[in-house]
Amino acid sequence: MTNLPNPTDPNNAHRYIPNSSDDIPEMLRVIGVDSIDRLFDSIPNDVKLNRLLDIPGPWSEVESRRWFRQLASRNKTAVDHVSFLGGGAYAHYQPACIDQLLLRAEFLTSYTPYQPEVSQGTLQSIFEYQTHQCLLTGLDVANASLYDGSTALCEAVLLAERVGKGKKRVLIAKSVHPHYTATVRTYVQNLGIEIVEVGWNSDGRIDLDALRSADGAFAIAVQSPNFLGVIEDYDAIASIANVSKIAVITEATSLGILTPPGAHGFDIAVGEGQAWGIPTQFGGPYVGFMVVKDALKRHMPGRLVGETVDVDGKRAYVLTLATREQHIRRGKATSNICTNEALIALGANMYLSLMGKNGLREVGEQCLQKASYLREKLRGVVELPFTGPVYNEFVVRTPFPASQILGDLEHEKIIGGIPLGDFYEGHENDFLVAVTELHSREQLDHYAGALSAAISRERR
Amino acid sequence: MTDVLETAETPAEAGATQNREGLIFEHSKRGRCGYQLPKLDVPVVENALPANLRRAAIADEVEVSEVDVIRHFTRLSKLNVSIDAGLYPLGSCTMKHNPRINEEIARTPGFALSHPLQADTQVQGNLELLWWLEQTLKEILGMPRVSLQPVAGAHGELTGILMVHKALAGSGNARKYILIPDSAHGTNPASAAFAGYQVKELKSNSRGTLDLHVLQEAVNEDVAALMITVPNTLGVFESEIKAMAKILHSKGAYLYCDGANLNAFVGVARPGDMGIDVIHSNLHKTFSTPHGGGGPGAGPVGVSERLVPFIPTPTVERREDGTFYLDDSHPDSIGRMRAFNGNFNVLVRALTYMRSMGPTGLRRIAQIAVINANYIRARLKGPYYLPYDAPSLHEVVFNDKNQSAHDVHTLDIAKRLMDYGFHPPTIYFPLIVSGALMIEPTESEPKEELDAFCDAMLAIARECEERPELVRSAPHTTPVRRLDEARAARQPILRWKKAPSAR
Amino acid sequence: MANTPEDNRYAKSHEYVHVEGDTGTIGITDYAQKELGDVVFVELPQVGTQLDMGDELGSIESVKAVSELFSPIGGEVTEVNEALADKPELVNTDPYGDGWMIKIRLSSPDEIDELMTAEDYDDYVQTESGK
Repeated sequence: MTNLPNPTDPNNAHRYIPNSSDDIPEMLRVIGVDSIDRLFDSIPNDVKLNRLLDIPGPWSEVESRRWFRQLASRNKTAVDHVSFLGGGAYAHYQPACIDQLLLRAEFLTSYTPYQPEVSQGTLQSIFEYQTHQCLLTGLDVANASLYDGSTALCEAVLLAERVGKGKKRVLIAKSVHPHYTATVRTYVQNLGIEIVEVGWNSDGRIDLDALRSADGAFAIAVQSPNFLGVIEDYDAIASIANVSKIAVITEATSLGILTPPGAHGFDIAVGEGQAWGIPTQFGGPYVGFMVVKDALKRHMPGRLVGETVDVDGKRAYVLTLATREQHIRRGKATSNICTNEALIALGANMYLSLMGKNGLREVGEQCLQKASYLREKLRGVVELPFTGPVYNEFVVRTPFPASQILGDLEHEKIIGGIPLGDFYEGHENDFLVAVTELHSREQLDHYAGALSAAISRERR
Repeated sequence: MTDVLETAETPAEAGATQNREGLIFEHSKRGRCGYQLPKLDVPVVENALPANLRRAAIADEVEVSEVDVIRHFTRLSKLNVSIDAGLYPLGSCTMKHNPRINEEIARTPGFALSHPLQADTQVQGNLELLWWLEQTLKEILGMPRVSLQPVAGAHGELTGILMVHKALAGSGNARKYILIPDSAHGTNPASAAFAGYQVKELKSNSRGTLDLHVLQEAVNEDVAALMITVPNTLGVFESEIKAMAKILHSKGAYLYCDGANLNAFVGVARPGDMGIDVIHSNLHKTFSTPHGGGGPGAGPVGVSERLVPFIPTPTVERREDGTFYLDDSHPDSIGRMRAFNGNFNVLVRALTYMRSMGPTGLRRIAQIAVINANYIRARLKGPYYLPYDAPSLHEVVFNDKNQSAHDVHTLDIAKRLMDYGFHPPTIYFPLIVSGALMIEPTESEPKEELDAFCDAMLAIARECEERPELVRSAPHTTPVRRLDEARAARQPILRWKKAPSAR
Repeated sequence: MANTPEDNRYAKSHEYVHVEGDTGTIGITDYAQKELGDVVFVELPQVGTQLDMGDELGSIESVKAVSELFSPIGGEVTEVNEALADKPELVNTDPYGDGWMIKIRLSSPDEIDELMTAEDYDDYVQTESGK
């Protein structure tokens, strides 16, 4: 080896690696080899790298702060703009104590709780998280978490297929988040599952006639509020027989105020828990949730925590029904998932606990009322193409390309919406506007004024 | 080492009092409040929501104060052990130090408050960061492209096998089987099945590695790929990896590498130079992003030239003018593996770490991780039986053969380690070792901590001979003792319910 | 030492069948339940299912393992032990009694001759566990 740094040279010490240049010779003596290189003899020389990697560093914290902060400052974000973006990722109030608690080393730097005697903190909190999910969705059994809402929908489709008596078709509303449907397409591409998309009516709700007339499906997946912001008619959908009903929820705070899927006979609720106090952070990490009817619990993907007792009879919590999982059932497991989003689920548990029964309703009510206020202010200024009931997000249509209008708003330090044309053909003049409890009336008024001005400007 | 737990044969009182923390639901009391929102400053419209869509108050949801919540979770946290408190030697998990600068950088408001559906022009900083991370991983892995979309190791496996499937299908025959050695992680066969393949298991040889002739005999035109972990789950490097690649490639099949054990050779050798076609890297292992009690992680996938056309969309690309954009125009892509852009803020942490380590630091990781594992191996060999004696890199796998003679087994040894203040190693894995104790110390441990761990293991070995019942009934000092896992599985209680009498 | 009743016949996959008239009662052996440890779930076929000798009839789970169950003899399932749904531990406590799994109407009673006697099974288990 040439020109490679010698690990026993004190100049090569690194702050994350405690063993010193003095320790190494002594350890090699105990091992019984004369150099570190001997320990790598099993790696053939023709695959060894005879140079250092060509990457920057090592950097001190000072240099890291400088470079990364410079990058962050080049983003135009809610830091110095007012943002009205939703589309599956929502900026809500984040209680300060959540992040402080998540930084506790015992949560942050522990592993999956395979050894329950030394992991009761993680296990009990997952049990609490599972309970919150059941209460919010009105269903019976929740798992410990999945990657995100989109992959949770994939797992729900696969679960429904397993109990679907050999049927191979799934109906997915076109108004389900297009990224979610795209992810399902990727997941099932080799499994012989056919995806049929079902469109929407003029009110923005799913086309029930098309849904009813489609046969041979093992499952129906609808999102509510859907990607257009419109709240679906769960009862009408649930009345369709002989098929698993999957509810998708991408705006989790809506569960604080809207009737839950479990109350309408849905079999599976999946969704994205990001809205429960998790930063939007450019798309991840978030937390996927899945809650099912009791009869489906042994088909559930992912980890489950259950209550039991220890040898002294003391109540305690443990990972259970593990025979469903990949480390035991391997090729026949209900899912390949191992690492999940435990820390994010813990944050969600903290959020749901802090907000509680009254806070969850108040967040929902504020979102609803503020969105309604802005929507009414915009009526007449813009077209509101979908007439169905909404929660905190709605589609706006102007006579001009959305990108142009949104570009104008950006000059006013407003990140004004998500162009719908990026997702659906023929909607180039439409964009999605999301409002949460974080928006003040002044910001909503400013938005309405700026949008009106932008349209006038385009007209000239 | 003297018996530090001479008096610990009955449940320690300290442990008994520590676990009094009730469920958050049991702290609930009508009228308590843990939040405050600004007063609603718009006029309330009563019929903003049709009445039939509005739910009643969520029955049984909690009412607790902020103080209750902070105390509750602080108390819960004290029931966990963590890498910050000491050695956490789970084999195959790479429980290394989690630097806090990574946490600070990830929380920079410009990253944390950015939204995944912002226009590319508004998130140039994020896109540049992702672009740099791909460049860095390309160099570390020696692969021409890396997809940053997968959010976990198993997610990366699925991504990789889907790419193999799409590539093969494009050439007319997607094939039927994935070959997987019997020492593999359970996620490998599960991911292969999810991608539409059947699994054929290959037997390891007496060194725990895969024989070329076994592979040669198994590979035919029905085989899509071999999924192999390098070094394998015994910590043993597959020295014939290049020859394996050749055998597979000659039959048109692919070589998938489970990169869970990259910590053993990062900076020392590169998968791309071994003929590997696709590899996932668990950033929450090698690149220090915190495990968080089970996640989040990230599992970027590096691919060889042949598989580049199939990588998930979108990718991050740089224009000639130095600006960046998300690119969806890959006609042969397998598609999207997840909504949005992967676990971005895990990726931020990983790049921070890569910059902190630099080329010298990354190489030092592998060197010290391997010294540390071999030091434990040297100190424990003898008292603990080493079923596979081949030279190992970053981890070492013993079993309970010596202790079984005293009717003490791996589970007991693991539980007894808790009394000595250590998290146990991975146990009963890999499956090819009966009663496996799989130890991976990582580079984060100083010699003193390794010595303390080895002393504890040796003390337990003596206890197995002299006082086996003490070991069999361990742990004695933990917040709870051994659990009735059968009870949990027979009549599962998977959520809290309000006691009927309290209604 | 495991208990192996004389009046049953045994399969190499560790299921027993107890024949009375044209009905066979099927479960797993005492040896098998000890090897599995605490049984937590038993998945059984529906009444009416046709099984050939050696067909998979269901699965049995302990806390950290799952094993397939094979029918030691062919026939139609006439009854399944519903009690196992709530009390899977009966397989541990009374494998040949209350821990039975299914009853089948034998399609070809001659198949019984292909199964091991108690003595043969004990020998077989000795060799198996000696490995």
